[in-house]
Amino acid sequence: MENNAIIRLKDIVVEFDGESVLRHINLDIRNHEFVTLLGPSGCGKTTTLRIIGGFVNPKSGDVFFDGKRINDLPPYKREVNTVFQKYALFPNLNVYENIAFGLRLKKVPDEEIRERVFEMLDLVNMRGYERRDVNLLSGGQQQRVAIARALINKPQVLLLDEPLGALDLKLRKEMQIELKKIQRETKITFIYVTHDQEEALTMSDTVVVMRAGEIQQIGTPIDIYNEPINAFVADFIGESNIIDGVMKKDYLVNFAGRDFDCVDFGFEENEDVDVVIRPEDIKISDPEKGQITGKVESIIFKGVHYEIVVIDGNGFNWKIHSTLYEEPGREVGLSVIPDDIHIMHKMAEAEK
Amino acid sequence: MTKSRYPAFPYIVFMTIFIVVPLIMVAYFAFTTSTGEFTMQNIIRVGDYIPVIIKSLFLAFVATAICLLLGYPFAYIMANKTSNIRRTMFMLIMLPMWMNFLLRTYSWMTILENNGLLNRFLGFFGIGPFEMINTQGAVVLGMVYDYLPFMIVPLYTIMMKMDHSLVQAAQDLGANPLQVFTNVILPQTMQGIKTGITMVFVPSVSTFVISRMLGGGSELMVGDLIEMQFGSNNYNPNLGSAISFVLMIIVLICMSVMNQFDSDDIDKEGRIAI
Ligand SMILES: Nc1ncnc2c1ncn2[C@@H]1O[C@H](COP(=O)(O)OP(=O)(O)O)[C@@H](O)[C@H]1O
Ligand SMILES: [Mg+2]
Repeated sequence: MENNAIIRLKDIVVEFDGESVLRHINLDIRNHEFVTLLGPSGCGKTTTLRIIGGFVNPKSGDVFFDGKRINDLPPYKREVNTVFQKYALFPNLNVYENIAFGLRLKKVPDEEIRERVFEMLDLVNMRGYERRDVNLLSGGQQQRVAIARALINKPQVLLLDEPLGALDLKLRKEMQIELKKIQRETKITFIYVTHDQEEALTMSDTVVVMRAGEIQQIGTPIDIYNEPINAFVADFIGESNIIDGVMKKDYLVNFAGRDFDCVDFGFEENEDVDVVIRPEDIKISDPEKGQITGKVESIIFKGVHYEIVVIDGNGFNWKIHSTLYEEPGREVGLSVIPDDIHIMHKMAEAEK
Repeated sequence: MTKSRYPAFPYIVFMTIFIVVPLIMVAYFAFTTSTGEFTMQNIIRVGDYIPVIIKSLFLAFVATAICLLLGYPFAYIMANKTSNIRRTMFMLIMLPMWMNFLLRTYSWMTILENNGLLNRFLGFFGIGPFEMINTQGAVVLGMVYDYLPFMIVPLYTIMMKMDHSLVQAAQDLGANPLQVFTNVILPQTMQGIKTGITMVFVPSVSTFVISRMLGGGSELMVGDLIEMQFGSNNYNPNLGSAISFVLMIIVLICMSVMNQFDSDDIDKEGRIAI
């Protein structure tokens, strides 16, 4: 067993009303890491957190904390704290008492409580709000109180369930930076749930991509982005062109009506594969210089780049990001270097 | 306020005729003689009945406390069942209320009598007979039986609205089951407790049928006292009104004391209970 795995999920299965929600989840989370569970709504992210928090019992499988099996430990005895999706602040207590809650339960002396609450207020930038009624705070402020309330217990692991989901874009960006800073300063292991791929990529040390109760891929943000393991991950992690291809032999793939050199190998000869190419990896040129030719169908300005759609001779729509303008209707050539062609095993039909 | 006042009109009429006017009449009779002159004599005479009033308050208090102790867990369990079981449980507590109040109380007489059902049943095992009817215990029992639904319903209603994520938040922060109860469940259900107490205490304190039937003549309560003043042989509506008036004041004081317990501001400043 890896020594520094603070949380280990081993073959976790969860069913609700006979419906399987988590299917054989295996996950090791290292101490001091910022881990993000990423996946579309309903894929089982919250359930995974609740397994760790102790609010859901798995049908089978084991949960380990610091090497000890904690399946039968009730939530209140677990050294993890949660920032809930809807914050769940106590409406009958003010900001100070909400944050102090965990320490009061432990009968910590007043002086120390005071000190630590103010420390937390500073950490989340809420100094001066201690006497406020939590019901009258804005979403962002409630969020901060929820984080402070969870962190004051100095948990080894903090679980955060889409904590920024209810905030507007600008505030969300600010809070992302702040959360990341808090994690670095406190060195607490963060297990963060989101369905926002950009948030996952910018904040995490490790991203766990989930789908329909299964883990698809675990890796660093760069790994996940550059080397998605299948078309689902590729598509979920960022915009992609996903096209059917055939792997002729190692390092040679056929798609869009011609052969391409590539860097992938280890597939069966003539295996049907998914070919994934990022929109920003396709270069537009004059038709005679391109590997594929097509006609510019549309062009939309996206702020930093244009999003261009080119239809090739087989009718496939290529999504391309470019900083240069292309006239709609123009014949163009498209090319891509071998490094940017990602070959993936086809997912079983049933999984799609 | 831009809303029209007209829709409220029938209610205002209703309330005036059936609530305000009787109240004024009670007050009028309480402070007048039978010939209509102002007097404090009626109120002073109420002083003679202070022991009865205290006993009534005490029995009502006991009945209310028992209702709360029985009703709270019942409502909690009910609120956490699936909707089918919930409906059934709700039916079961409402069912006796469809029966006439007198009938329900009569049935307790036949159960508790000296040669009633319960004593005969116990007799099979050679136990008893016990003196059950015509005791304060029987009166309290009758009040609990008759008014328990008034405790359960408001508690159940508020428990259905309870935010369960707060329970989880408290557990997450290290609260054991008892701490969850005192810090999360109790504050959230406080309003239901107050409503339940009011709805049981007020009818209990002024009941007269229950005390007469189950308490016999010996356990006179203030409700009986008032009722007697309107009886045919010693008709004295002025004294009856005066007792009612004093009782009303006492109940009002009780209720406002209870409502002082936690106005929201106090609670927000206050610490959590451990
Ligand atoms: N308590 C529950 N009872 C029944 N089904 C549930 C319950 N909690 C979650 N589910 C179902 O489990 C699936 C996964 O839910 P969840 O873990 O909340 O997904 P996510 O957080 O990724 O959106 C969903 O289909 C959801 O409907
Ligand atoms: Mg969720």
